[in-house]
Amino acid sequence: MTAALAASLSSQGHSFLSPTGVEIVFVLVGLAVLGAAVLTVSTSQLVHAALWLVVALGGLAIEYLLLTAEFIAWVQVLIYLGSVVVLVLFGLMLTRAPIGRSPDADSGNRWVALGLAVVAAGTLVTLVVDAFRCTWMDLPASGSTSVNGSTQANGEVLFRYWVLPFEALSVLLLAALVGAIVLSRRHREEG
Amino acid sequence: MTLTLAVLVPLLPFLGALAGLAAGRRIPGLIAPLAVLPTLASAALAVAVACDLGTGRHLDAATRLTPTGGIPIDLAVHLDGFSTLLAVLVGVVAGCVQIYSTSYLRDDPRYSSYAALVSLFTAAMFLVLYSGDLIVLLVGWEVMGICSYFLVGHHWERDDARSASIKAFLVTKLGDIPFLFGIFALAADAGTFRISGVLAAAANGQLHHPTLIALLLLCGVAGKSAQFPLHTWLPDAMAGPTPVSALIHAATMVAAGIYLVARLLPVFLLSSAALIVLGVMAAVTMVGSALCALAQDDIKRVLAYSTVGQLGYMAGALATGDRDAAVFHLLTHGAFKALLFLAAGVVIHAAHTNSLTAMSRMPDLRRRVPDAYWTMAIGLLALAGIPPFSGFFSKESVLTAAERAAHGEALTGGLAPATAVPGAVGWIVLVAGLLTGLLTAMYATRLWLVAFRTPGAAQPAAALPATAQPGTAPVSAEPNAMRWPLWLLAVPAVALGLVGLHSSWLPSFLDGVSLTPSGSTAILGTCVALAGVLVSYAAWRRATALVLDAATASPRRAAHELDESTRPQGTAAEPREITADLATVPGRSFAEALADADSAALAASTGHAPDPARLLLGPLMGPAANGFGLDRLYAAVLVRPVLAAAGLVRFLDREVIETYLAGAAGAPKLLGAAVRKAQNGNAQTYLSALVAGAVVLAVLVAVAQ
Amino acid sequence: MHLAYPAVLAALLFCVGLYGVLARRNAVLMLMSVELMLNAVNLNLVAFDVWLRDTLHAGQALTLFTITIAAAEIGLGLAIVLMVFRTQGTADIDRLRELSEPPADGLPPGPTGAEAGPDDSDTASPASPASPASLTGSAQGKAGAV
Repeated sequence: MTAALAASLSSQGHSFLSPTGVEIVFVLVGLAVLGAAVLTVSTSQLVHAALWLVVALGGLAIEYLLLTAEFIAWVQVLIYLGSVVVLVLFGLMLTRAPIGRSPDADSGNRWVALGLAVVAAGTLVTLVVDAFRCTWMDLPASGSTSVNGSTQANGEVLFRYWVLPFEALSVLLLAALVGAIVLSRRHREEG
Repeated sequence: MTLTLAVLVPLLPFLGALAGLAAGRRIPGLIAPLAVLPTLASAALAVAVACDLGTGRHLDAATRLTPTGGIPIDLAVHLDGFSTLLAVLVGVVAGCVQIYSTSYLRDDPRYSSYAALVSLFTAAMFLVLYSGDLIVLLVGWEVMGICSYFLVGHHWERDDARSASIKAFLVTKLGDIPFLFGIFALAADAGTFRISGVLAAAANGQLHHPTLIALLLLCGVAGKSAQFPLHTWLPDAMAGPTPVSALIHAATMVAAGIYLVARLLPVFLLSSAALIVLGVMAAVTMVGSALCALAQDDIKRVLAYSTVGQLGYMAGALATGDRDAAVFHLLTHGAFKALLFLAAGVVIHAAHTNSLTAMSRMPDLRRRVPDAYWTMAIGLLALAGIPPFSGFFSKESVLTAAERAAHGEALTGGLAPATAVPGAVGWIVLVAGLLTGLLTAMYATRLWLVAFRTPGAAQPAAALPATAQPGTAPVSAEPNAMRWPLWLLAVPAVALGLVGLHSSWLPSFLDGVSLTPSGSTAILGTCVALAGVLVSYAAWRRATALVLDAATASPRRAAHELDESTRPQGTAAEPREITADLATVPGRSFAEALADADSAALAASTGHAPDPARLLLGPLMGPAANGFGLDRLYAAVLVRPVLAAAGLVRFLDREVIETYLAGAAGAPKLLGAAVRKAQNGNAQTYLSALVAGAVVLAVLVAVAQ
Repeated sequence: MHLAYPAVLAALLFCVGLYGVLARRNAVLMLMSVELMLNAVNLNLVAFDVWLRDTLHAGQALTLFTITIAAAEIGLGLAIVLMVFRTQGTADIDRLRELSEPPADGLPPGPTGAEAGPDDSDTASPASPASPASLTGSAQGKAGAV
């Protein structure tokens, strides 16, 4: 019985019962990320929620590193931790979010949302596990020059094959910039 | 050359109508010239065409604009004696009417559209006359119908004009639909729409359904020419302006049906059943309309019924196979009836009433309108068929044709053997024609005597309008444009009959049948007419004596007695309405007209005119005044069921179909109300539902695999 | 490494973010939850890219794009939230109900209905009695101070 289970849970000789070191670290960090995420969406102190978000996103950056996508990891740190969270904090302050506990942080939709999230999680996890329980990915040896996620590899690919979407994206960013300015600007007749 | 002239004849009034409509209100000064000049030019051209073509010849020309399927439609011209002579008549009458209208309707606000419509009508009539193709003829025929509709409804502010125009349109349409099918059947048998081709087919015996075709065509003819079952629109159509009545409803348009039968007479001669139907129809029309004319009080309605009767004469002549007599009577009738209507217009204009009774109250009417008095006398003599006026000769030619047909020697002019006409038709037409001759003389005499000759002593002094006295002074108050056309038309009314006598004049234009009255019918007809005149005169004398007796007796008692004997039926009880119409007539202020109308109303209400009609008709007076209740019969048999059906349809639409509609709309509305509850404005609720749906879909897909 | 680890982590993270989007009342917190969901997607992209060893690095390139778009999105979203806060005096999602069906049947949602909507839905809220004009003014004062 156990042998059968072990055989079914293993692929190409890799078993879930004998995890590698990377896997252990990944799962531990993942647990931290999940916990921080849950606190982000459940805490009743709004500013704390933003800070828990920092933890969750930072943990994700570590996960990227573990997956050998180092460039993505640094981008994650730079953009999310550096700018997005700062923006969110600004937003909280500008909308006069109360500092301290606010008892009505969750809307009346909470229980519906919880039920939906649990069902969705069950469905997704079941499906994902069912699909990928035997899939093994070989992480390239760290330090080798042909690492997938290195800055060099990413840069070459980005400016060789993806240059057109890249440029389109720059235009999109510009538009977003202008839009944000226009939207948040105070109108003269209002002032 | 002749062809060019002939094409120009219908074209000129048509262009004049277009230009008149376009110029319309912007350039009011142009309207009258644009109406009169093209019509006169057309009349001159029509005369030129008639002279150019000469006698005994005919001209056929055709051009095909475009292929039109199975049976080709050509723009064809067919000129012969019939069409050219009638075109001359139409041109002359239309010219007179246009000149007369410039004065009669001078102050009418809608004169521009009126003149343009009359021009358009004239063009359409020319088209009917000259066309050599049945479809093109039909175009002109329908254009005439619509022009008649608009012109009858010229005074559309008035209720009677509106209903009369609709009635005229619907009743003639009722005949036109079988007529259209008749044309199709004819073309299907003959293989062509060309009249020459149709006649050739008839001569060669290619027509397989002559009776059906002839009867279908007769429906249209009965509608257009106001024959018995469909004649009811014509008396009502007198709500239109008097010149329109003269042109359209007396001289020309109503003659189109007769003309068509004359053109297609060989087709009719193939079917003795159709000839019998035509003859019976003509006989009933003649006698009935003459009785009705005798009982009418409205001068225009008298003339309208007499028109119906005279058209019956023409139809009778056609039924006996003699189209020469029919067209001869058509020509003379066109002249003297147009004259009568125009003169009646002058009288109405002067008297400010249509009512004969009211006219008899006016002692000086004769002196006020001397031209109308004399020309009307001429016209009525022609109508009554007193020699040597034109009506006598044409009517005698009809009676001669009937007599010959009764003896089995029908004057078909070589179109068919004389045996094609059943002898019974001849007898029917002959008897009805003689009877109608008597009645016609009676009502013509009555009209003239009552309107003009009522002695002053018979006019109750109380009813004499004080305001009318100063208005009597001007002898010729009517404008020249209204007087000269009368005399112009009086010439053919007197003399046109004489041309029929000479065998090389009028008959040579036509089929060459002699139009000289035969001895027996001439004597018989003259005697009948004179008898009618004398009887009517005697009755009038007696009625006058009764009135005079009443005047000398106690007025109140006499009035009571006289109510029984001389009160006219169908009195024009609304003189004010007529005043509103006539106030636009020049030469008279509105207040004056109103005062006259008041006096006329007073006269009509006292109602003691020496009217011989009651003495002559006896118990028939009431039914005859109402057109023998035919209108009421139609209302009961046709109009009311149609209205009831319309009410049923309305009910079904409102109550049944709309219920389904309301249900079809209500169910989604209820559903919508239920769904609307979910629309609470909370974005998170919407999003929850969206995600729930996505999850359910994902689960379904996963389970299904 | 088993692909299941990052995949399951991404799924759970996504559902946590989903819960946040559906349950949080404050619009800024909702945006934060959206960031969580986006990151879950990014994690998937990176993991599958590493597994498939795509020569074009499509997964990582797309991750970069997603991050960029997410930054733009949060900038615009915050600007919108700010504007809503200025005009309506609140950033609470469930009080912004002007698009709801008006309670009176058949009446089109006029200006009065638009103002009455939030007041009717939550009369206990302290912010609702104030008029929009005064709220705007105070919000601007606050913005100016920041």
